[in-house]
Amino acid sequence: MANTISFCSETMKQYEWLLTRYPTRRAALLPTLRLAESDFGELGVPEMRYVADLMEIPPAFVFGVVTFYTHYRRAGTGKFHIQVCSTLSCALRGSEDVVSRITERLGIKPGETTPCGHFTLSKVECLGSCDTAPMLQCNDDYHEDLSLEDVDQLIEQLRAEAEGGQNG
Amino acid sequence: MTFRKILTQHIAEDDCHTLSFYQRNGGYSQAQKSLKEDQPDDLIELVKAANLRGRGGAGFPTGVKWSFVPKSSDKPKYLVVNADESEPGTFKDRVIMEKNPHLLLEGILICCKAVNIQTAYIYIRGEFVFATQRLQQAIDEAYEAGILGNDCLGSGLSIDVTVHRGAGAYICGEETGMLTSLEGDRGQPKLKPPFPAIEGVFGCPTVVNNVETLANLPYILEIGAEAYCAIGPEKSPGPKLFCVSGHVENPGTFELPMGIPLRKLIDEHAGGVWKGRKLKAVIPGGSSAHVLTADECDVAMDIESLTAAGTMLGSAGIIVMDDSTCMVDALVNLMRFYHHESCGQCTPCREGTGWLEKIVHRIAHGDGRMEDLDLVLDVCDRMVGKTICALADAAAFPAQSFVTKFQDDFVAAIQNGGSPAWKKRHPSAVGGTASHG
Ligand SMILES: Cc1cc2nc3c(=O)[nH]c(=O)nc-3n(C[C@H](O)[C@H](O)[C@H](O)COP(=O)(O)O)c2cc1C
Ligand code: SF4
Ligand code: FES
Repeated sequence: MANTISFCSETMKQYEWLLTRYPTRRAALLPTLRLAESDFGELGVPEMRYVADLMEIPPAFVFGVVTFYTHYRRAGTGKFHIQVCSTLSCALRGSEDVVSRITERLGIKPGETTPCGHFTLSKVECLGSCDTAPMLQCNDDYHEDLSLEDVDQLIEQLRAEAEGGQNG
Repeated sequence: MTFRKILTQHIAEDDCHTLSFYQRNGGYSQAQKSLKEDQPDDLIELVKAANLRGRGGAGFPTGVKWSFVPKSSDKPKYLVVNADESEPGTFKDRVIMEKNPHLLLEGILICCKAVNIQTAYIYIRGEFVFATQRLQQAIDEAYEAGILGNDCLGSGLSIDVTVHRGAGAYICGEETGMLTSLEGDRGQPKLKPPFPAIEGVFGCPTVVNNVETLANLPYILEIGAEAYCAIGPEKSPGPKLFCVSGHVENPGTFELPMGIPLRKLIDEHAGGVWKGRKLKAVIPGGSSAHVLTADECDVAMDIESLTAAGTMLGSAGIIVMDDSTCMVDALVNLMRFYHHESCGQCTPCREGTGWLEKIVHRIAHGDGRMEDLDLVLDVCDRMVGKTICALADAAAFPAQSFVTKFQDDFVAAIQNGGSPAWKKRHPSAVGGTASHG
């Protein structure tokens, strides 16, 4: 089946630049998957297949790589992916309460996405920010030193953004 | 000599990450001189004499590592900077990359000169989006200013630096896993030998160094080996970033001389145990290090002293636990981490981390048996030293030391139908009902 998606011309330029930075084409796979993630919004089967064709790498190899790592934005992830660090330093300072609060506010447990598709909640391992525990990553951004009030505020803000984005 | 911070002295200033700030404060003067005037072998000898020990976890002498790279090889050589910062309790390299990225770049230039390298990659964990942006800005500035690229700093040498973003996997902090990942594959470690210095990324000789290790190089060139060795203990000297997290009033990254007493670090720098509580336990070197009891905390924070105390400096990630902590719950948390992060290649690690999580979990949830304590130790014995990489050891060390040093907590959880926190969440539960499967 022919691919119906492709990189925009700006992304294609970035891809070509990437190829100049490595002695092998395959070494550019991880960064190219990042380009695909930002250009297409997520990495589902069509996106992975596109990258495989573009780089002339077997699709099965690309799937294997994407699924080995935890940080790629996979198909079906909500607009906001809330990843709460749950490793020891964060757990010692109340990460479980942060997770429960989000569950309470959004009605989803870790691993679930809200029916409207706005939020996905995950528990993740140490994000290298243990001094500002408890903390979470939402899409690219870190939110640190969280109180439960901060969590409420963040959710309200994201909700407004998601709904505003839908109308506009 | 009074101690001078060299990694973090300016981090409170707004534009500390910029090239102009760095150069105003003397930045790149060491690389400028060194790239033009120094002989590679002299640089390696200098770093050996300074006793610079790797800051990534293993503490290997940096100059010695560099000297393993073959001098007469027709293959290209690579430097891969380990910026994966994935050991739980560690958040120090992030500070350098966000606040002082040019210091890292200057260190990279010096290493490249010493080992005749033209291509460097900075392998940064995928979650560090802001640090990646800061690094990329710094690299762009450095290319623009003729510091990187062809004819670096007017030396005639050509050195290229590329930031390479990982994608979420603790195991990519292990050096061979990182190199496999850099080649575009799943980040599974490889058996050593061959060591990366002989056969690393793309089948070529490769130096792997941690961010903080490289960030020490300009200072060593500035003050010389003798003065550097005078900072802290001679066998593992230098300024060091210590990360303190957990139950303290003032968690953070503290730059202090190697060898600072652990108690002083906790009480004076990190503000002491929080909420006026008492100290119960400290993990001194990232989650993979053996835990210390409160009584064992009169120890100096350097490689030799911590090894003598039966633990390790590791990544200098210090996790403090107060007397309200249940060590069973804390260990469940860590065992879940290692089980999740095992890459699954080696049976003792894949199965062992799974068993450890399961056994400690059932103790916490009221289904433990007294024999489980010996079982934990038995599983650990089957893991340590029997796998491709050290992740299996890293999982076994906390399991062994938690169970032996805090046996009372484990026995109490077994006898009382679960850990206190679990019982609080499940007040009507009676232990021993679930399947042991
Ligand atoms: C499971 C595991 C995880 C590791 N994670 C890291 C890490 O996140 N950062 C790091 O610099 N070194 C890490 N290391 C150590 C590296 O393998 C390697 O020794 C180090 O990067 C070498 O640099 P250095 O000599 O400058 O310390 C890890 C090792 C193991 C076994
Ligand atoms: S010890 Fe564990 S993490 Fe390391 S290679 Fe073996 S299975 Fe993978
Ligand atoms: S334990 Fe949460 S950031 Fe490290």
